[in-house]
Amino acid sequence: MHYQNREYPFQTPPELKGESPGQYPVAIVGAGPIGMAMAIDLALKGIRSVILDDNNVVSVGSRAICWAKRTLEIFDRLGIGDRMLEKGVTWKVGRLFNGEQEVYNFNLLPDDAHKMPAFVNLQQYYVEEYLADRIADFPDLIDLRWLSKVTGEEIADDGVTLHVETAEGKYDLTADYVLACDGCNSHIRQRMGLKFDGHRFEEHFLITDVDMPEAPFESDEPERWFWFKPPFHTGQSALLHKQPDNIYRIDLQLEPGADPAEEAKPEHVIPRLKQIVGDRAFEIDWVSVYSFTCAMLEKFVHGRMVFVGDSAHVVSPFGARGGNGGIQDVDNLGWKLAAVLKGEAPPDLLESYDEERRHGAVENIMNSSRATNFMTPKSKMEAVFRDAVLSLANDLPFARRLVNSGRLSVPCSLEGFALQSPRATTRGLPPGTPCPDAPLEGGWLLNELGGEFMLLTIGRRAKITAPEDVKALHFEDSPGVAAHYGDDMIYLIRPDQHIAAAFEAGTDAENLTLALTRAKGKPALETIS
Amino acid sequence: MSKSLGMDDRLQPHGDDFYELLMTAHEGLDFDQSAALNARLILLLANEVGDFDTLAAAIERASKS
Repeated sequence: MHYQNREYPFQTPPELKGESPGQYPVAIVGAGPIGMAMAIDLALKGIRSVILDDNNVVSVGSRAICWAKRTLEIFDRLGIGDRMLEKGVTWKVGRLFNGEQEVYNFNLLPDDAHKMPAFVNLQQYYVEEYLADRIADFPDLIDLRWLSKVTGEEIADDGVTLHVETAEGKYDLTADYVLACDGCNSHIRQRMGLKFDGHRFEEHFLITDVDMPEAPFESDEPERWFWFKPPFHTGQSALLHKQPDNIYRIDLQLEPGADPAEEAKPEHVIPRLKQIVGDRAFEIDWVSVYSFTCAMLEKFVHGRMVFVGDSAHVVSPFGARGGNGGIQDVDNLGWKLAAVLKGEAPPDLLESYDEERRHGAVENIMNSSRATNFMTPKSKMEAVFRDAVLSLANDLPFARRLVNSGRLSVPCSLEGFALQSPRATTRGLPPGTPCPDAPLEGGWLLNELGGEFMLLTIGRRAKITAPEDVKALHFEDSPGVAAHYGDDMIYLIRPDQHIAAAFEAGTDAENLTLALTRAKGKPALETIS
Repeated sequence: MSKSLGMDDRLQPHGDDFYELLMTAHEGLDFDQSAALNARLILLLANEVGDFDTLAAAIERASKS
């Protein structure tokens, strides 16, 4: 089934109707998953934004398709998690081949302690469609403007002016903050002349989406197949996994020196696919050739201009850390920007976004580079080691763990950064940890947490008065929660569901107040004097 | 009776760190230089392992594939 891109209409903005809407709190450039998620997160906190996008459709082609647990949890907080879960494909069985031979397989059993699975496969166009639908729930807070191209920006100390071009004319728009969510080829980044250095990988990959009614797997359960040295083509690796609507994603690593345009031709693509899927009928839905760079900006925050997602950092696709990393940027920035705009926190709080998410980007780049290096040996000796790992991986767990076809995207710990309090106990979860989900009677812990600062207490002895403006959540006899968080524990949770501080029961109320002050980015001395 | 090798993954969680370090050590070397590096490394690790039966079992296992 071919996906029909919904087209969104251009609507004349107030600026072109002769109205003067004044300065907006936030303007977002780019209506991809990152820009739209950003607007929703801000709207949930009562912050108004304008989104500008030069196009009028959601993603053309499936593009990002693997959405990891943490991303699904964030999307759940934003209100589209259930739709993604319902439509997405959750694969459990993975098979790894070396040439013709299956080296091993594994089964990702669902974790009953978490609402969300390890990840789902879902085409980016569905995610964007769900986000656009969700945006319609906030008509007073989100102004989504399609076919509106940002052609320039003037950054001042107290705001940014954007030059916008539309079919009906040009106009200027000013916002307190502008979020550059304009993707890996960010025009804003280029116009600002910012250094975007990194490592460029030589290999080209061919992505093909095929529409195939009959599954190539032995059972109805969707699987993920990965080949080193695939028997059906001369490149080093290949990957097959399933998306909704019987669409299969096939990634083929091309040989060095291969002509990408030539390789993308149906007469080359189809015979290879036939070797993978046999005589099953299929149709090619989308073909794309890509090579990639791992790179990041030196700073994500440039005064009133903030870079979010691919505009700030790009990774190789292995381990699905592009889209997933970007959504974690959104999660981290949303509450901070809202607090700054409401005057609840100093503008410096945004520096913690810069610090924490650059750390996340470094970790993502490291992991995706390692996977790329394993999959694309650069010397004869690297290939010898790679083959040795594969030959031992049949029966030796240590070697199996060295096999690297992409490490699953997991959120990084924020321990040690300025907003988190130092460890006060060795029990429970340390500050900086993303909150793990836990089953509650008739629900899930993460659906109760998040969006604002919360005090989470577990065990009768842990009951303590919450600091002002902090909502309290208390559990007793809740083994699911205690299993992750420990008993008689007190946690201060950030609005992005990360632990800001952890204490054992009996801690002083003063410690909590201090931890909250720190987590809001205010100098701790302010409260003491 | 010959000693059998442990099945445990003793590198975790440092497997990826180790592999990267190893590949970095080989960077810029030609194949013979890389082979010599491997030989030195095996000798050093053998001395660290120390136990003769373990080394014999590892040599046997490595020779199989």
